[in-house]
Amino acid sequence: MKISERDFLRRLPGASRSFARRERLEQRLHIDFILLLLLLAISAVGLVVLYSASSESRESMTRQCIFFGLAYVVMVMVAQVPVDFMRRMAPWAYAGGVVLLILVLVIGVGAKGAQRWLSLGGFRFQPAEVMKLAMPMTIAAYLGTRFMPPRFKHVFFSALLVAIPTALIIDQPDLGTSILVAASGFVVLFFAGLHWRYIFAAVFLLGASLWPIWHFMMHDYQRTRVLTLLNPEADRLGAGWNIIQSKTAIGSGGFYGKGWLEGTQSRLDFLPEGHTDFIIAVMAEEFGFVGVVVLLAMYLLLIVRCMMIAVRAQDAFGRLMVSGITMTFFTYIFVNMGMVSGLLPVVGVPLPLISQGGTAVVTLMAGFGIIMAVATQPKRVMTPQ
Amino acid sequence: MSESQHFKDYLREARLFQRRVLFMLLVMVLMLGGLAYRYHHLQVDLYQHYVTQSDRNRIHIQPVPPTRGLIYDRQGILLADNRPTYTLSVVVQRTTDLDKTLSLLQSLVSITDADLERFQRAIRQRRHPLEPVPLRYRLTEEEIARLAVNEYRLEGVEVDAQLVRHYPYGALFAHNIGYTGRISEADVSRFTEEQDLRYRGTHSIGKNGLENFYEDVLHGQVGSQNVETNARGRVLRVLDREDPVPGKDLHLYLDIRMQETAIAAMAGRRGAVVALDVKTGGVLAAVSLPDFDPNLFVTGIGHEDFKALNESIDRPLYNRFIQGVYPPGSTIKPMVALAGLHYGVTDARRTIYDPGTFRLPNARWVWRDWKRGGHGPAVNLKQAIAESCNTYFWDLGTRMGIDRMSEFGAYFGLGEVTGVDIPNERKGIWPSREWKRAARGESWYPGDTVNMAIGQGMVLTSPMQLAQFTATIANRGKRIRPHMVRSINEHVVEPVVEGVMEVEAHHWDSVFEAMAEVMHGARGTARRAAEGASYRMAGKSGTAQVVGIAQGARYDSAALAERNREHALFVSFAPIEDPQIAVAVIVENGEGGSSQAAPVARKMMDAYLLGHFLTPGELPGPDESAPAAGVASVRNH
Repeated sequence: MKISERDFLRRLPGASRSFARRERLEQRLHIDFILLLLLLAISAVGLVVLYSASSESRESMTRQCIFFGLAYVVMVMVAQVPVDFMRRMAPWAYAGGVVLLILVLVIGVGAKGAQRWLSLGGFRFQPAEVMKLAMPMTIAAYLGTRFMPPRFKHVFFSALLVAIPTALIIDQPDLGTSILVAASGFVVLFFAGLHWRYIFAAVFLLGASLWPIWHFMMHDYQRTRVLTLLNPEADRLGAGWNIIQSKTAIGSGGFYGKGWLEGTQSRLDFLPEGHTDFIIAVMAEEFGFVGVVVLLAMYLLLIVRCMMIAVRAQDAFGRLMVSGITMTFFTYIFVNMGMVSGLLPVVGVPLPLISQGGTAVVTLMAGFGIIMAVATQPKRVMTPQ
Repeated sequence: MSESQHFKDYLREARLFQRRVLFMLLVMVLMLGGLAYRYHHLQVDLYQHYVTQSDRNRIHIQPVPPTRGLIYDRQGILLADNRPTYTLSVVVQRTTDLDKTLSLLQSLVSITDADLERFQRAIRQRRHPLEPVPLRYRLTEEEIARLAVNEYRLEGVEVDAQLVRHYPYGALFAHNIGYTGRISEADVSRFTEEQDLRYRGTHSIGKNGLENFYEDVLHGQVGSQNVETNARGRVLRVLDREDPVPGKDLHLYLDIRMQETAIAAMAGRRGAVVALDVKTGGVLAAVSLPDFDPNLFVTGIGHEDFKALNESIDRPLYNRFIQGVYPPGSTIKPMVALAGLHYGVTDARRTIYDPGTFRLPNARWVWRDWKRGGHGPAVNLKQAIAESCNTYFWDLGTRMGIDRMSEFGAYFGLGEVTGVDIPNERKGIWPSREWKRAARGESWYPGDTVNMAIGQGMVLTSPMQLAQFTATIANRGKRIRPHMVRSINEHVVEPVVEGVMEVEAHHWDSVFEAMAEVMHGARGTARRAAEGASYRMAGKSGTAQVVGIAQGARYDSAALAERNREHALFVSFAPIEDPQIAVAVIVENGEGGSSQAAPVARKMMDAYLLGHFLTPGELPGPDESAPAAGVASVRNH
């Protein structure tokens, strides 16, 4: 095996001492500093935008800071968990998640026509969040110990593992989360080397099943969202309002933006949910195209860093899991920014580290904790089973 | 990838994974690039479109209504001011369910059916989209609080303070100042484009009286502000503002104490009193009784209230001093006498024999004087005026002829509006041959001249005209347009001289003396009204036969008898040496100009010249003791 860049650098005289020190510190704390720095930077951007989006609400800022604090603590704690332990726990997490999803359907509490939460003594908990991590872990754990590229029966079983919670989440209904969960499972299959012919077949099948999905699986409001996307002007004050207003916010930001705290669209209540799912519109309005590109660049750096960690992971489980989680992160970004700008139907997906939110932030950071664990823990070799 | 392979090929798997990662990174870069392209499209290519839409969203130009000019009396007492009242309005387009909002509002504040009806009407005639439509005026503190608490439930509902006209003295100036009222559909249809702009944001307009006449002055210029609103239409901040120009203030000749004196002197009777400043034409007092409270009209009068006022047999809404036209009767005799002197038809020394009857040559019709047996064998001009001898004037009028009498009266403004600064003045009738042919399609008969000479027949004048006519005599021919406004924002309104009549001075002296004799002479008709006066005054009484205008709209047999009595008239000025004030009084169905109307004029002059002001206390009702007289005959004195 050829030496990695890092090993090469380590052997360089002069550069080696400080590098080695950082290396040791990172490994002792199980923290990847580059990743942490990027996360902190994006979180800071998030706070800045949220301050404006929440109309300078001190309360919102305090809440978000508490969530961030909690999330970073969770991340660091998760990073300490041995990767092998994660691999062994993955099936249990998956099973527990499915049970919780079934419980949601039976005794869950709802809001706005959806039943998504379990109420635990005043604390609301969304089991679908668990699946966002349990799914890539489980598929990675399943495929990681098998030959790659996976054989048909492994593909089939993986698809089944993906389908069960996805179906349960669609039924809540929560289209956004179900897309994220399904994607997080399937990308692991892809990274495991799923043969292209399966991929083409899947795309073909998906295309063929659009009609039955449209007619039998989708709720009325979901259909409305898709139709609204195609023609938002048709229902200006109803379903089209959000898209029209968010596009107006983004468009009126121009190249340089209106300036921080100067976004009229968002701050004047024209933009609904400006501090949660539609927060990118606030940013686009106030910081312009420049701001959007800077944020996209930060996200891309974060993703590239995660992918580097995946490539360097000690074993197949690690790299599959890291790449799966990273792809989930990417899906968040793409779906959110796509829907706010009117490219995709409006589904409830927050923008990572920017949108105000509770459990989603914690889940997200737990995911980065997993990635850091893989990045910093010593290599273990596994044998195929 | 062979099935027989028992060990994983780690290197191969790693390479496969790296290829997939590279592929996926490429895909992600492409997708993020797609997003960037999308945002670039919205933010750069379509920037103008969205900026326009965003501004349209948030910025609304709001009119800022000017505050209406105030109205002060002669002493600087505020007669019409603006008070803040809180109005509940609804922006209909901003409500999601109007009916639900309305019923919710009804549970919070009291809203009558009339309010709702007016609201529905206002929605239909709304002038601009997104205009708040008033639903309830004059909210109480408690109601405002209740609305504030429920604000979150009330989409499109606004409570805002508006300045609304208030008349602290109520009825006292009802017919002078008039009132403002809601801008109606009819008002809007009359607006020019410029006016339409000026009245943006304004809800009321002068409907009557000075409020109407000086509308342009009082209203001021509308200002505007760019306001930023949120999606629910609430104003968040003012971006820039052009201040409105407030309306100008009016300072009147009208004196609150003179008005009160007039009302007190009228003692509850129907009629009108006008007092003019002889030197300037300023209206010192102008009263039309009965009156009404103009405050009722300001925010829209209720149906019941209006019906009561409008259908009252006493016609309180009717402005008697400019719209009431009555036969002036003997009050015009001084003018006829002056005409006779001016045209040389008579002189001060010439006497006539008055047997109590008058007959035109070759005619059988006999005119009978009010005094049986006549005023004596040698009645001169002074005695004729002092005792109101009809025969003298029948003779004089006949000698003078219609044309000269008509021409001379026209110099005094008879038959024309005085031009006083309140709207809807009626011009009355001062007949001429041409007028009769045009109006009646008949030629002029000698008998018409006889009647006209004593202010009967077709002659009709308003109390304002009588007052002006009296002031013109007092001014020795200088006719000044009566006006109520003395200054507009400190800028003094110059009196307008309508004309100066060149009549020789000793003719004026003769008429003055004769009119003084009415008051101070041993046989003067109004001598009782002048008793104990510390100054000398000139006057002339009159009695007007009742004609249609004073009769009520409804037939009421009990009231009708009283209402067929003659009207009592009186004109006067004082002091005779240097006239300051001219007064015209009419007491409807009062009979006897000297007994009913002259004391009113005396009180007005005492008030103005001596400061003996009266205050209306408990007003006695109309005199019920006098017996019904049936249809009156000509009883002119």
